[in-house]
This record gives sequence, C-alpha cells and structure tokens, in this order.
Amino acid sequence: MGETVYTKDHEWLVIVDGVATIGVTEFAQEQLGDVVFVELPEIGALLTEGDEVAVIESVKAAGEINAPINGTVVAVNETLVDEPELLNSSPEEGGWMFKVTLDEDYDISEFMNKAEYQDYIAVNA
Amino acid sequence: MSKAPDVKHTKFYDYHVEAGGKMVPFAGYLMPVQYAGGIMQEHLHTRDKAGLFDVSHMGQVVVDGEGAAAALERLVPVDLEALAIGQQTYATFTSETGGILDDLIITRWSEHCFFLVVNAACKEQDIKHLRKHLGDLEITYLSGQSLLALQGPKAKDIIGELTPAANDLLFMNGCHTTIGGIECYVTRSGYTGEDGFEISLKDENALALADQLLAYDDVQWIGLGARDSLRLEAGLCLYGHDMNVSKSPIEAGLNWSVSRSRREGGSKPGGFLGSDQILKHLADGVAKKRVGFLIEGRAPVREGAEIVDSQGNIVGVITSGGFGPTLQIPIAMGYVDAEFCAEGTTLDALVRGKNRPMTVVKMPMVPQRYFRG
Repeated sequence: MGETVYTKDHEWLVIVDGVATIGVTEFAQEQLGDVVFVELPEIGALLTEGDEVAVIESVKAAGEINAPINGTVVAVNETLVDEPELLNSSPEEGGWMFKVTLDEDYDISEFMNKAEYQDYIAVNA
Repeated sequence: MSKAPDVKHTKFYDYHVEAGGKMVPFAGYLMPVQYAGGIMQEHLHTRDKAGLFDVSHMGQVVVDGEGAAAALERLVPVDLEALAIGQQTYATFTSETGGILDDLIITRWSEHCFFLVVNAACKEQDIKHLRKHLGDLEITYLSGQSLLALQGPKAKDIIGELTPAANDLLFMNGCHTTIGGIECYVTRSGYTGEDGFEISLKDENALALADQLLAYDDVQWIGLGARDSLRLEAGLCLYGHDMNVSKSPIEAGLNWSVSRSRREGGSKPGGFLGSDQILKHLADGVAKKRVGFLIEGRAPVREGAEIVDSQGNIVGVITSGGFGPTLQIPIAMGYVDAEFCAEGTTLDALVRGKNRPMTVVKMPMVPQRYFRG
C-alpha cells in the first residue's frame, strides 16, 4: 500500500507499482456540496499535468479536476456514473475517480503528506 | 470568515454561522449559501416541512401619498387601483424601452400607501427610480426592517398557532398582526412554489421571532442555494439571470403579470414605462421567449450554455439551470427562438463540447402549492 499524497487542488493520490489512484479529498467534497454528476476521462487518455481531466457537478456548481501528474488513464470508477453521491460519502475510498500509469521518472516531491495537507487546509480554509 | 467593513450583514448573521452557514457575498451582504445539511437536504426539507429563509437583504420600501396607486401604475404594468387593502401583486418595474428593471411584490397597505419588496441587488437603483418618477410621493426605505420567509407544507400550522389571524390569509394577501407580542406584517407569499409566509418586522425583534419559529422541530434555516433550486423547480424567474433590462415581460413569459386593464382594449391601456413596446410584444408575439427544460441524463446544464437545434444552429441560451432535488433530474430555463417554444420540442444544450438533449416543458416543473382557499 503506497502512501497517500495530496495536492494544493485538494486531490489525493495513492501510488502503487507506478499506478496512481486519484480522487478528491474530504475537504474538497465538503466544499463542493451534494454531488449530482461526475464526468470521467476516457480510458487510454494521455494526461499532462494541469489538463482538465474530469468534472464534478454539485447542486450548486461545476468543479473541474485537473490532472495532478503526467500519465495514461487505465481505469475509471464507473460506479460514480450511477452513484455520484459516493464522492460525498466516501471521497477517499469508494469515491476514487481514476487510475493512471505514471511515466517512469515520475516526481511526487511537490505533493504534501497527510500532516502537511492538514496544515494547508487549516490555513487556506 | 471575517466580515469586511464594506460588506453588510443581516440581524441573523450570528444565527447563520451558528447553524453552520457557509457565508458568501451576495448583493453586498454576507449571506448563507447553505448550512450544515447541504442544499439537497434543505431543498427537500422545504418541500416536506418548513424552511426558514432570511431575506432581510431584500429592499422593503413604502410608497405613500395621495394618488399613489395611479402614480405607481406609471412604473408597473399592473392595476394597483383594483388591489384590495391587504392584497398583493407580482409586478415588474419596466424600462422606457420595455425591458425589466427589477421584479417586485407590491402590497396595498391602505388607500394611498403601498409596501414594496424588491431585489437586494436592485434596491438602490429602484429607490432612485421611484424618487425620480414619483417626486410628489413619500418614498421610505425601511432600513431597520428584517424579512423572514417560512415556506413549506408545515408553515401554515406553525403560523396558525403563533398568529391565528394569518392562518386565514389566502395566497398573495397580508395583514398586520403580532406574534408573541412582536408586531409584524405577515403575507401569504414566497418564492419557492410552496404555501408559506413572509414576515416583515423591526430589526430589534428579528431574533426573538426567529427563536419562536426555530423552536418548532419542523423548522430549519434554508440557504440561498436551496432557495435557487426551489424557485427554479417552481418555474420562477430570477432577476439578473432569467430577466433583465434587455428582456420585456412578454419575452420573459410573464404575460400574466400585465393586468388586463393595462392592455390594448382594457379600461386604462398602456401608460407605463415602455408600454408601447410591451403592448406590441403582446399583440404581435416575440422572436425569443423564456421556456423551461427537462434535461436527459444527469449532467446539469447551467446558465450560459448555448442551445442548438438538430442541425446544430444556435437557437438560444440557458439563463438558469441546475439539478432539481425534488425531481432528481437536471432542469433549466432559457430563451429560445419562438419556433422552438412549443412544449415537447427537443433541443440540445452544449456543455463542455457535448450535446445534452433536453425537452421544452410547461412550467412550473414541480406543481405550485399556493393556498387559494
């Protein structure tokens, strides 16, 4: 089990054997409110860090998810299509969004660990 | 969240924060967009029980003086002389070119005295407009007055218990009364599609009244987010979105808001700002009109999305849209070319490059449950 790391855009990544599972944090789902629709990337899509890769629509607004890292989409969480509310109830487990295989020389030094992320949201909330 | 000095807040600010309110700037005020329950829960609570809304940011204005009815009729296309004392009407302030400057509710308080509730974002402009055109009348902005709305099927039991006088009111009627010794003006009205009441009262009594209402298990605070989804399902226009100065009341589908007597063939046709244009729209029809849509699938279609026909021609634009918590599907309103206004017409909205199929439907999308006796 890889360590969970966090981005400033409130995404989390767990990297195991060069594959990152990516979703949004508990803090992000609270900010979004009731999620009613999730648009996921195509399997096989090549992601460049910063690209818009998914959209989360809550009752009140649409939120774009940008790729936190380069890679290729190898899986998406189809359950979210029918049960978008999973993003509210279980954002960091059942509500994962997509998995990407990373480039060999991937770099996660920019990301935060859990303690750093907690500090980050405490300051930025 | 800190309160910037130039941002206003209503008397209920601390109550909102205590209830978990997410405070956002709205029309110069810090207002709760939602509370701890979230928009979905708050919306459904209002449809099921009774939602309490702080609408104190809205403008409360009294227009008083000999001939007030006839004078106000120069600014709104309604028959105010026909309004009984205690009766209310929806109206639009029309512009000289037949557009909408604001929408409002007018209540007749007495022969020569009218009580207006206008949108928060427009209130300063509305007061200038009133003073400019009605110089002989006394125009008083009730700056020390709060406004609460209690909306939903349980509202009548609660208000009926607190002030039996208000329980007999029919939709769009009001009365002066007291609730637990607090003087207030209660109307049977609101903007959610539900039966409900609006209560105007002095700021110093505002919290005491809220306490009385919140003492009921069926009552909880409802934020602006659910207020928006409730009014959207009820087919009600939001100023600045579904109507503005470049849309006439007829284009906005508010034909019913132009009184018969003010139309061609009526007893006092025209005579209000922009009446030539508006009566022409009534007689000849309009090129574009506001309609409601049910969206296929789950993706919300929001304000600004373009509307296209089956050939891909742009035929309109969405002005309000979102997820309808009661219907559990996305719904929207928008303006389309007249040939696409008929119920059942299928069109697409463009959302992030994808076509989202939708169907023109009759509004309201959720039946209104006003109490008409």
